[in-house]
Amino acid sequence: MRALVLCGALTAALAATNAHAQIDITGEWATKAHEDFDDRVPGDVQGDFTGVPMNDAARRFAESWDVTRVNLLEHQCQPYNVAHIFRGPMQFRIWTEKDPATQSIISYREYLGTYQQFRTIWMDNRPHPPDYVPHTNMGFSTGEWHGDILTVTTTHIKKEFYRRSGIPSSDRTTLVEHYIRHGNLLSHVMIITDPVYLTEPYLNSEEFVQMERGNQNWLYNCEYVMEVPMDKNKVPYYLPGMNPFIQDYAKKFGLPFEAVFGGAPTTYPEYEPKLEQLMKGR
Amino acid sequence: MMRAAPKSAPSLRRATAARRVAAAALASLVVVSGGVRAQSGSPFDGTSPARASYSASDKDARSGMDRAERTVDGVETYHVQGNVYMLIGAGANVAVQTGADGVLVVDTGGAAKRAAVLAAIRRLSSGPIRWIVNTSAEADHTGGNETISQAGQTVNGNPAAIIAHENVLARMTEANRPITELPLNTFFEPARDFYFNGEAVFLYHPANAHTDGDVFVYFRGSDVLVSGDLFTTTQYPVIRADQGGGVDGLVASLNQMLDIAVPKYLQEGGTYVIPGHGRVCDEAELIDYRDMVVIVRDRIRNLAAQGMTLQQVLATKPALDYDGRYDNPRGPWTSAMFVEAIYRDAGKTTSGKQRAAVK
Repeated sequence: MRALVLCGALTAALAATNAHAQIDITGEWATKAHEDFDDRVPGDVQGDFTGVPMNDAARRFAESWDVTRVNLLEHQCQPYNVAHIFRGPMQFRIWTEKDPATQSIISYREYLGTYQQFRTIWMDNRPHPPDYVPHTNMGFSTGEWHGDILTVTTTHIKKEFYRRSGIPSSDRTTLVEHYIRHGNLLSHVMIITDPVYLTEPYLNSEEFVQMERGNQNWLYNCEYVMEVPMDKNKVPYYLPGMNPFIQDYAKKFGLPFEAVFGGAPTTYPEYEPKLEQLMKGR
Repeated sequence: MMRAAPKSAPSLRRATAARRVAAAALASLVVVSGGVRAQSGSPFDGTSPARASYSASDKDARSGMDRAERTVDGVETYHVQGNVYMLIGAGANVAVQTGADGVLVVDTGGAAKRAAVLAAIRRLSSGPIRWIVNTSAEADHTGGNETISQAGQTVNGNPAAIIAHENVLARMTEANRPITELPLNTFFEPARDFYFNGEAVFLYHPANAHTDGDVFVYFRGSDVLVSGDLFTTTQYPVIRADQGGGVDGLVASLNQMLDIAVPKYLQEGGTYVIPGHGRVCDEAELIDYRDMVVIVRDRIRNLAAQGMTLQQVLATKPALDYDGRYDNPRGPWTSAMFVEAIYRDAGKTTSGKQRAAVK
């Protein structure tokens, strides 16, 4: 009987702590880019479309993509959005805003050193805004704990890219993140859905290591200027079939272009026999 | 990456060493920039009006009303910036500027929602409705003209004045619209301006864009553009050749708005844009839309110049990369209609083989 009472008390205690005492993810975190290093640190080679479940619309966009479009004044200071930025080199800081009366967490705040961006993850069950409000690079985020995993859902994200090689993202992207702490490591899992440009959810994971010497976050200043005399209303692009760089990555690494440009099927292990077959035929 | 492409090919590995050099260089940058404190009082605080206004209780920061209070018969009010609000759900978007001088309304929505639009305006201000601006003659932008105008009053006691480009008056007259709906305060020059509610208000008329009577409005103090159907987030731009519209004029109008819009840090916020339909945007969305129109236009012109018929052009899906975002297959304005409008437009601007194909 005593055991039963003890068990009940323990359950009640645990339930109570769950609301306020999940694992602490606050602090300063830095990219540990051992995974997908080539893609994430030096950055992708032009024509690298591997690993992204892109659809035909994304392929058409990529075929037209001229990287010099980012030289336009209005594009120069556009940063990576929340569904992309964790893939690159980055330091970031997480802290909390707490209700002074209850000490429950109202929100997690993040400062992302890359492009000096701020972000709020609301933890107070507020609804996501209606569709008609402005979208932002960081979107609108709400979070909830599942045990010691913080799950964050973000909507209202501005369109950007999944790859600088021209794989676009749309403003209808939804990002679901999972933050999982193991000691001084923070695993960050991203599940991206985009009905405009992806055929299936795009999954990524990254590791961050806690910085013992805090506040090494970067600062970023962006001033858009006309660097080369040009028609300011010109839109750089390639007509279909005219992009001279579309196969750069495939050629550089001796890969069949259809394997590079193939989208979701090429991301599964089942594709390896087909890749081998294609490689033999070359 | 949990699901990676077959990057295990030997040729892929060879590139790694060179990339490590680049990584080391980047890492050194990290060390150099580390330890610098963020600026105190930075404007980059992530609390744009859009975000700040969605509190737990969903109260609008300016009006103090929650979402239910801001909704009248399906017409919802959203404070964009400064003196300017957007009404959503009335057909086309409606912009409302309020202040000590009274109320200025840009477009009045469809006729079915005119009472709700008026009620929504009245929740924002009890001041006199002095001015109405029509951005085009479209029924979903002008359907509430009579109701809103009659509820208002100019300083000399007449119903609120309805301003538009003179071609809008001509179109609405041709359509036998009642005189109480007509914009009788017209202009013909490329721009007109006046001062109201403590800020300059600019009306710009881009020639031959969506139609031949378009106007977009810029509230200089509030820093809000109201684009009418020159820019929407819900569909491809409607180019009404039968009413003097043309794709080059449309591109020129988007460029003109881009010249006015100035973004805040990281191309976000700053000048906000109320589109003819859809959500509030800033310059970043405007430039993407302009890029889209130019790219699709040039593809179609290139195909037309090769002598392709409209059916052949449509078969190439020249707007495929944007269809998932802007096509409405069930209408009223589909991707195919957009492509056809540009194709027909191409016939007006070129000659020879292309014109023959277009015919």
